[in-house]
Amino acid sequence: MGNKAVNDFTIRVATVNGSGSQSSNLVLTNAIFRLGVPVAPKNVFPSNIEGLPTWYDIRATARGYRCRTRTIDLLVALNTATWTQDVASVRSGGAIVHESTYPVAGLTQRDDITYYAVPFTELAKTHVKDGAMRKYLTNMIYVGVLAELLRIPESTIEAALGAQFKSKPKAAAANLEAVRVGSAYAREHLPPLENIAIEPMAGATDGLFFIDGNRAAALGCLMGGCTVSAWYPITPASSLCESFIALCEKYRVDPETGERKYAIVQAEDELAAVGMIIGAGWAGARAMTATSGPGISLMAEYVGYASFAEIPAVIFDVQRVGPSTGLPTRTMQGDLSFTYSLGHGDTKHPVLLPGTVDELYEDGMAALDLAERMQCPVFVLSDLDLGMNSWLTKPFAYPEKPFDRGKILRAEDLSAHPDWGRYRDVDGDGIPYRTLPGTDHPAAGYFTRGTGHDEEAKYSENPEVWQRNLDRLARKHETARTLVPQPLLEETGSAIGILAYGSTHHAVVEARDLLREAGLETDYLRVRALPLAAEVAAFVDRHETVYVVEQNRDGQLFGILRNELLPEQIARLRSLRHYNGVPIDASAIVDPVLESRRELAHAGGARS
Amino acid sequence: MTAAAQSLNIIGLAREVYKGSPTTLCAGCGHNSITNHLIKALYEYGVPPHRLAKMSGIGCSSKTPAYFVDRAHGFNGLHGRMPSAATGAKLANRELMVLGISGDGDTASIGLGQYCHMIRRNVDMTYIVENNGVYGLTKGQFSATADVGSTLKHGGSNAYTTIDVCGLAIELGATFVARSFSGDGKQLVPLLEAAFAHRGTAILDVISPCVTFNDHEGSTKSYAYVKEHDVLVNAPDFIPAGKEIVVDYEPGTVQDVELDDGSHLLLRKLERDYDATDRLGALRTIHESRTRGELVTGLLFVSGDEPDLCERERMPARPLRNFAEGDLRLDRATFAKIAGGA
Repeated sequence: MGNKAVNDFTIRVATVNGSGSQSSNLVLTNAIFRLGVPVAPKNVFPSNIEGLPTWYDIRATARGYRCRTRTIDLLVALNTATWTQDVASVRSGGAIVHESTYPVAGLTQRDDITYYAVPFTELAKTHVKDGAMRKYLTNMIYVGVLAELLRIPESTIEAALGAQFKSKPKAAAANLEAVRVGSAYAREHLPPLENIAIEPMAGATDGLFFIDGNRAAALGCLMGGCTVSAWYPITPASSLCESFIALCEKYRVDPETGERKYAIVQAEDELAAVGMIIGAGWAGARAMTATSGPGISLMAEYVGYASFAEIPAVIFDVQRVGPSTGLPTRTMQGDLSFTYSLGHGDTKHPVLLPGTVDELYEDGMAALDLAERMQCPVFVLSDLDLGMNSWLTKPFAYPEKPFDRGKILRAEDLSAHPDWGRYRDVDGDGIPYRTLPGTDHPAAGYFTRGTGHDEEAKYSENPEVWQRNLDRLARKHETARTLVPQPLLEETGSAIGILAYGSTHHAVVEARDLLREAGLETDYLRVRALPLAAEVAAFVDRHETVYVVEQNRDGQLFGILRNELLPEQIARLRSLRHYNGVPIDASAIVDPVLESRRELAHAGGARS
Repeated sequence: MTAAAQSLNIIGLAREVYKGSPTTLCAGCGHNSITNHLIKALYEYGVPPHRLAKMSGIGCSSKTPAYFVDRAHGFNGLHGRMPSAATGAKLANRELMVLGISGDGDTASIGLGQYCHMIRRNVDMTYIVENNGVYGLTKGQFSATADVGSTLKHGGSNAYTTIDVCGLAIELGATFVARSFSGDGKQLVPLLEAAFAHRGTAILDVISPCVTFNDHEGSTKSYAYVKEHDVLVNAPDFIPAGKEIVVDYEPGTVQDVELDDGSHLLLRKLERDYDATDRLGALRTIHESRTRGELVTGLLFVSGDEPDLCERERMPARPLRNFAEGDLRLDRATFAKIAGGA
């Protein structure tokens, strides 16, 4: 009946959205964390407000893995519509806690799992008097049932409830009552859980805390000195701006005067949003917007303009499956090649690729610096998995460096350089100097336009002048290679390399452990930004085969590598793609890598 | 010193400072007249060039910021999307005097959304529509401000209802709406100065004939048509802040509008008893005049009571772009509380 999983199992809660199960799932997650066991929650939810299927996976993992897993050990089944498929998702030897009225027959009758029937509806009717609260408190009953089955102490649940309902002690008390209803029922009626257990751990979660990527990015913007933001609501990016608003309201309002050290505008669309932050960047404020793929489409014209007019702007793209409606609540790394060259003409933008919530925080600050240093739009590519899920992370580091405002000439500088040219490459790095509107000096002003400007920003249709400008912009892009976050390397001298970026990282971590257990040692390079650092080509040179792993169908990073690498380097690359809308798991890497090794061995091409 | 050199404005600058590069528009273009009136108004009002931010979209009109105040920063952005950039610039540095130059295509077609939302937000800026009812740079297509029945130079009549950018602005809650004519500097210059003085979005719809594509018989935006159908609702006289009002008018013949910087716009009433602070009355007048084929000009509506975007957002007087690490970063203890360190 399967091995006993101690601190290494996944609970799947299957319910309908709008039923308030999120609080219950967070309480469970938090309770497991309080026992010292690393835990990774994943919310797979529909594009809907109420009534469609939603799943919440809570992965307890002693090794601290953060990615999704396909192995479901314990199912809480509270959605009759998905009952059959949910039963099928449970591993052999696993268990199901389900509403007792659900039929266990035919397809849903398996002899390799344990069923725990609980009359949730009945219990709620009997014990929750407040009809309006019943829906929500029913979910707390399953928390009680699971707490009893997993032997989570009530004090731990109580502490987790306290954290969840921090400002509402009354709600915490009502929820605890519901938890007790569940645990009492389980104690009296349910046999103990045999194959799954939690044992308190020490040292694995010390100092860690939960944060979602969108909030982490917002915190980066706060600490990075962003003062202007404009945005248009879009899943899964809305909570990035909403987190920024919440942080600003709490920490950037003068308590005496009520004055705000920020301005945030909900724009009429994404093109207006990016127009506002480009206007703000032009006038010298640090500004950002956040959106997802469809919004990026609308921003294209202004982003291209800002690239040629050389105006700082920071754009977070919390990627999702696109376009239009259908799967906006599913994740994807779908915008890499799109954002890299967004705009018409020869546009290339720095694109930061954070893989963790910590890096989202760091990249928020780094992007604001880089945008001003490079005088161009900078993208930060997050995704729904990273942005909207809660992640356990080490504390964020307090920034020690001042803002890098880049090459700005003030009035006193202009007196020494009255003949400055807005688009002149003085330093050989392709980055010109700029002045801000409002600079009180007769030589400060210049005329900003997209194309057709010479070194002094004067209108010019001269072909040589324009080509010279394009060549300088190419030089500037080369400078960006050295200024963007550099790749992260883990190498032990294997002939096999894995190359990935963004949230795919977490599946790579587990996959490499599994491959090692299967006898295959791998090296790992994680790309942290575009343009690609020189180290990427060097890594490919050092490996016989490099698996490029990403979450899109067409292999977008693979495509960029094929553009930039030499033919003999390209020949070493193998593209591995995961693109079904749910976050990638380790087996999506392990299985094809092992298959590929077998094929290469068969062909006589593999050394390892 | 020559007499000309001694002629300086209230901040000690010569009129020369307010000039720009030579125009590249057609000879006789209404836009060139507007540029000249703007130079006069900016000079007379005493706008510090370094504080001026010249914003524009795309089109003949949007090229004109290159033709005045060379010293100021200019932003020639995207077609119809200047209001968003102007909004951002104002948020970054509210000390800037933002002047947006647009056209009828730029405002009423591709940019209608941003135009409406700029007005809703009451962004503190002057927004000029150089309105000729036709696309010039792309050689003579109708714009959305063309009147029903007006004709193109090479044939074709406009079948679609016109978008009246003044009526629309007033409906949307605009706080300053004027209409004028590129050929009437006497009316336009004081209106421009009043627009500079107004806190909030000041809309100036300036009919500006296109001599190349829309100045023929059958056009309702030609010099001849405008001269014939122009009905002035009031005659403006701008009195700068601190200057005594000495004009002697008969009681009841002048509406005195006090502007946000302490200046006054005296509106001499003409044929009818027009109240520029009556929003519904303004809408009615605009609508009825259009129905009669008339073009009402003058200060159509003004309201000084609405907060502008920066006030509504409770922004400090100090420009946001000047805030530094010490103002914006959390201290270590507060940071630790929310970033996992406590």
